[in-house]
Amino acid sequence: MSDTQTRARPRVGLFATCLVDLFRPSVGFAAAKLIEDSGCDVEVPEGQTCCGQPAFNSGDNADAAELARRAIVMLEGYDYVVVPSGSCGGMIREHYPELLAGDREWAPRARHVAARTWELTAFLHEVRGLRIEGVRHDGVVTYHDSCSGLRELGVKAQPRALLAGVAGATLKELPGAETCCGFGGTFCVKYPEVSDKMVSEKAADILATGAGTLLAGDMGCLMNMAGKLKRMAMEQGARPVAVRHVAEVLAGMEQDAPPIGESK
Amino acid sequence: MLATSNEFRANARVGLANPTLQSALGKMKVGFPTKRAEAVAKLPEFDALRDQARDIKNHVLENIDWYLERFERRVNEAGGHVHWARTPEEAREIVLGICRRLGARTVTKGKSMIAEEIGLNAHLEKHAIEPVETDLGEYIIQLRNEAPSHIIAPAVHLTKDAIEADFRRAHSHLDARRDLTEPQSLVAEARGILRKRYFEADVGITGANFLVAETGSSVIVTNEGNGDLTQLLPKAHVVLASLEKIVPTLEDASTILRVLARSATGQEMSVYTTFSTGPKRPSDLDGPGEYHVVLLDNGRSALLGTEFQEILRCIRCGACMNHCPVYGAVGGHAYGWVYPGPMGAVLTPSLIGVENAKPLPNASTFCGKCESVCPMRIPLPKMMRHYRAREWERRLGTRVSRLALGAWAWAARRPALYRFAAARAMSALGWLGRRHGSFFNLPLASGWTTTREFPAPQGRTFQDLWRERRRAGGGR
Ligand code: SF4
Repeated sequence: MSDTQTRARPRVGLFATCLVDLFRPSVGFAAAKLIEDSGCDVEVPEGQTCCGQPAFNSGDNADAAELARRAIVMLEGYDYVVVPSGSCGGMIREHYPELLAGDREWAPRARHVAARTWELTAFLHEVRGLRIEGVRHDGVVTYHDSCSGLRELGVKAQPRALLAGVAGATLKELPGAETCCGFGGTFCVKYPEVSDKMVSEKAADILATGAGTLLAGDMGCLMNMAGKLKRMAMEQGARPVAVRHVAEVLAGMEQDAPPIGESK
Repeated sequence: MLATSNEFRANARVGLANPTLQSALGKMKVGFPTKRAEAVAKLPEFDALRDQARDIKNHVLENIDWYLERFERRVNEAGGHVHWARTPEEAREIVLGICRRLGARTVTKGKSMIAEEIGLNAHLEKHAIEPVETDLGEYIIQLRNEAPSHIIAPAVHLTKDAIEADFRRAHSHLDARRDLTEPQSLVAEARGILRKRYFEADVGITGANFLVAETGSSVIVTNEGNGDLTQLLPKAHVVLASLEKIVPTLEDASTILRVLARSATGQEMSVYTTFSTGPKRPSDLDGPGEYHVVLLDNGRSALLGTEFQEILRCIRCGACMNHCPVYGAVGGHAYGWVYPGPMGAVLTPSLIGVENAKPLPNASTFCGKCESVCPMRIPLPKMMRHYRAREWERRLGTRVSRLALGAWAWAARRPALYRFAAARAMSALGWLGRRHGSFFNLPLASGWTTTREFPAPQGRTFQDLWRERRRAGGGR
């Protein structure tokens, strides 16, 4: 590869999100591989913590703004910022500019970062035109559209287009795929009964598809649905469903980690 | 109406455990959204109409004083009266005054959320005036002594079987062997009973979907025609409306009507759309002798110019609650006051104070479905977030959640410490969860683990692993 070609590769800052960082590094590595396959150089900026969404959604705007400013400093030097989550991606892209709108120094910087920030599958499909090749997943999968990705960022067709390149996989659409799974960040601990009702209905819909694997693009929703499906399997003898972040399947890295909530 | 909005969580538990409610909600959350989607699909300009509808109301809200005064002038010219009420108390007294002056014993009522907001029925009953609800849903909940659970379908929390049982109990003078299995037979029975009451009533009270400034008209939409009988037969027609119902012209009302029924029930138009202007004129064959509009503020004008102004665009179509997964799980009564669902989560704290409705803006996953279907493009989640910010400023939340969130934000601002603590915590959790892959029980997360497994972390953090692989040169 010549020097010019090397330099032509965009520099991507991968913002892993706290849930991937803490709970599921395998998603981070899968995302990094996919971004590199799409012709970019990946870096993981040092000192990542939280995008500030829990504070923002709890009305703690001061802390949220502080975390937003930290993230902006960390991310503003990249050609693109890619996030394996519609929720955290939406926070950076839609809400940083809103949160810092009244700040003359920070508002333009927030808009600069926001304009370069992409949810992972949207980035791969829309920006990079990546085609998935040489990856296999035998069986029926179904897909849940996480709310923020869907309604804030328009993520719907992108993961499906990418999945179409996975050999052996059949996508069976999930009825009510666009209905919230009941996670909602702090909502699931503030209103656990309501959250459980919502995820129970979601789990029933997932089971009814007959799919062996459930995919989505957000760790929060995935942990919620995986936790419910596993408890139903334990207590009600429901059929087990493997739950994964879509990046793991697209990157062909399923063998690197058991499904969410399962042991090796 | 006494608010129990602060007991949302307890109310929700009651709703979740009520099989009649759950069965009714199961039907509702499929029926309404399907019908709306079909209606929207048939109207290519629907989204353009939403923009127009939003712009009309935005314009009105910027110039509301001018339009309200114009409306009052037109009403006067048509021989009617406008009464300005700042508070629910004032509104109740105005209505009571009209009823007393006319010596009213019975009043018929069309559906009016404002009547609920000011607690009109209880007030009239206290003064020996009998209010008779003529909307079928309202009639049913009046029999049950309940509040509406939905703004357009007040009895949506009930099943047909529950209603049949109520009718048999309340209408015990009718033949006990009559067949009430068909919904039509329930409608016919209620109609038969109400018919007589229309003629007894001295005053007819309705709400208003719109007030038209250029003509001084009030507009109601109904599917049963009960509103027309309510307002045409008695001596006086009293319209209860809040300030923001005003639109400049008939043309504007028509524009908004095109999105209203489609969003609400999936109809192109409601069965009846009735425009009323002033009392009976000498040339009219019938109509009420008097026409009154009671204009209620109750805190709305204080929202103008604030981050909550946009909720005043609401046309009460109910689409936000029809599509809300939280409403669909717990039902309308859980919200504890007049207005449920997403619009209630914004309007209730606006009208009765956020300290009296603390949980409502929090009882949302911010899934955004409500905003995506709202015909008036009201950013409901954003406004709920504004209320959360007010609660945070005033320290209205629980101490535990405040401490937990504060600690998280504190650590998140200190990456070195965060990294150190995270690595240890995740390694411990990962080790504990290594066999089972998840936790059946976690001391601080029992809200989660009572009904769900909590997935165990993989054990190392992504950032540590990434750094390690980079350093070893083995990573990519
Ligand atoms: S907020 Fe929007 S969707 Fe909800 S009732 Fe009002 S107009 Fe309808």
